[in-house]
Amino acid sequence: MSNLVVLPILIPLISGIIAAFLHRKIGAVRIFSRLMAVINLGVAAYMGWFITQNGTIILETGGWKAPYGIILVGDTLSALLVLTTNVIATACVFYASRSLTNKQESFYFYTFFFLLITGVSGAFLTGDLFNLFVFFEVLLMASYALIVLGNGKIQLRESLKYVLLNLFSSMLFVTVVAFLYSVVGTVNMAQIAERVQEVEQKGVLTTIGILLFFVFGTKAALFPLYYWLPKSYIAPNPVVSALFGALLTKVGIYSIMRTFSIIFYHKTDVTHEMFIWIAAFTLLFGVIGALSTHNVKLIVAYNIIPAVGFMLLGIGLFNGTSMEGSVYYLVHDMIIKAALFLLVGAIAYLAGTSDLRKMNGLIHHYPVLGWLFLIASVTLAGIPPFSGFIGKLLLLQGAAQEERIIMIIVGLVTSLLILYSMIRIFIQGFWGEKDETIVPDKKAARSFTGPIAFLLVFSIFLGIGAEFVLPSVEDVSNSLLNPSSYIQSVLKE
Amino acid sequence: MKTSTNDLILRTTTTLIAFILLAFSIYLFLAGHNAPGGGFIGGLMTGAAIVLMYMTYGYDAVQKILPVNFRTMIPVGLLIAVLTGAGSFVFGEPFLSQTFKHLHHVPLLGDVELATALLFDLGVYLTVVGITMTIILTIANDQ
Repeated sequence: MSNLVVLPILIPLISGIIAAFLHRKIGAVRIFSRLMAVINLGVAAYMGWFITQNGTIILETGGWKAPYGIILVGDTLSALLVLTTNVIATACVFYASRSLTNKQESFYFYTFFFLLITGVSGAFLTGDLFNLFVFFEVLLMASYALIVLGNGKIQLRESLKYVLLNLFSSMLFVTVVAFLYSVVGTVNMAQIAERVQEVEQKGVLTTIGILLFFVFGTKAALFPLYYWLPKSYIAPNPVVSALFGALLTKVGIYSIMRTFSIIFYHKTDVTHEMFIWIAAFTLLFGVIGALSTHNVKLIVAYNIIPAVGFMLLGIGLFNGTSMEGSVYYLVHDMIIKAALFLLVGAIAYLAGTSDLRKMNGLIHHYPVLGWLFLIASVTLAGIPPFSGFIGKLLLLQGAAQEERIIMIIVGLVTSLLILYSMIRIFIQGFWGEKDETIVPDKKAARSFTGPIAFLLVFSIFLGIGAEFVLPSVEDVSNSLLNPSSYIQSVLKE
Repeated sequence: MKTSTNDLILRTTTTLIAFILLAFSIYLFLAGHNAPGGGFIGGLMTGAAIVLMYMTYGYDAVQKILPVNFRTMIPVGLLIAVLTGAGSFVFGEPFLSQTFKHLHHVPLLGDVELATALLFDLGVYLTVVGITMTIILTIANDQ
């Protein structure tokens, strides 16, 4: 039964390979990809249900015992994130056929799409630091291919930046794994955690921890290292932007969450204090970026950065409530960012421009899309019935427990500015006089609406059905703050 | 581009060397379990042999004697590698479990040890050949 935990990695991998055989038959590959994405969503949901019923699943690949072989760990956090990933993947695969040209689709789009999902799911499920690196590379390679797909001039320029920066951070990652291996003599995360615990993180270990934080910080776009993100995320096709914005930075945050709650948590006055300050700057600089531009895609891309700041704030505060807030916000933000990127992609396609100053009165032509956008905006900002509220509330409660008044103020001001940046799109783009010259493309609008509405249903459910979701988030937060349970379930001593 | 050149020595030595290279690459591929070698280096060596033939005889001639689409070779190799990992599902073992069997008194070879890890290596081999040839031919044929 432990093989269940490899299925969310294996199904997209095999689907990607088969999609490569079918790449010229666009009709067939579309149906096949949609089918496999739905199957994978079902498997991920079943895995999540199974884990909540029966506890953590450990898969020792090849039958080798824990510290010697590679292990895959399916705990509640991984299961939750894999499920969210697959929800987003399903929405994106249904959106893709309208958003991409036939030529782009036939150039192995679905193969790279599935490989991206493989890498993301693998990074969420692995219990081995070097294997995490490998899955990072799997998802990065797929993302390199997706970012240049269609070879526009801007894509070429932005992908060069993106590739160079990610190569640099991958190189740093390998170096850090080498440092860590030379100190503790293992790459299995549970065993690293055990050995770091034995020496109470003395000596060079804190330095290694901070280096590791910078590796993941580059992937997650934190304050001094985020400058590459916004422009390179709006260069590719909207559906690719949605996948990137929803998944890639969150893998970095997940890695920080894991490593700094089970391995490097003995010197919180150094590491976690630093996180709080970096989170504050990330929040402020990200939202300033979002206010600085009139490009709708860029506004959403900049909004990734304060969201990452909120999650890092929760990790930095490091108490039960703030961790819960972080996990809740992580799941909420993955879904809402995917929905927003798909929405602005649709808006830019239908309006024929992504410049806010040239749009006017879109709601007369596309009412459904307009109201969906309003819901997504208020969800992002954290208005009570929707999902952003509960994550932020928990985070601010966590900050209040630690008596960090400045962080509460920064968080609230940032939320207000996020709301302002999003509502600006709604007011300037959707309100206003009806432009009679535009011939509305109702068919395209309808095919865009389906996947977006699908994502927003989950988002609204996360807000209204918070009572249903919170127990599993509490469970995740407890297991994160209690690393010995993770170590014991892996090493079985 | 290039018209007729007299490269008799290159052509004659290539016919010899390409076969030696191919044989050596297969040796490396099979030796991987107990000696240096394996799918990766074997695949690269095969790629090198094929590149040598392309350099000597040109694109059209090699395409005629080796009518292989190297681009489909990549997913074929990947599929073989993944399926050997997933094959353990049938036997109720964890993913990627490998097994081996000793065969006695095989004609010509004597005692051999057959391992399923070889099938995984075959996948790696095909993928590496496919990727190196795709890269080189794509760049070489670019107008």
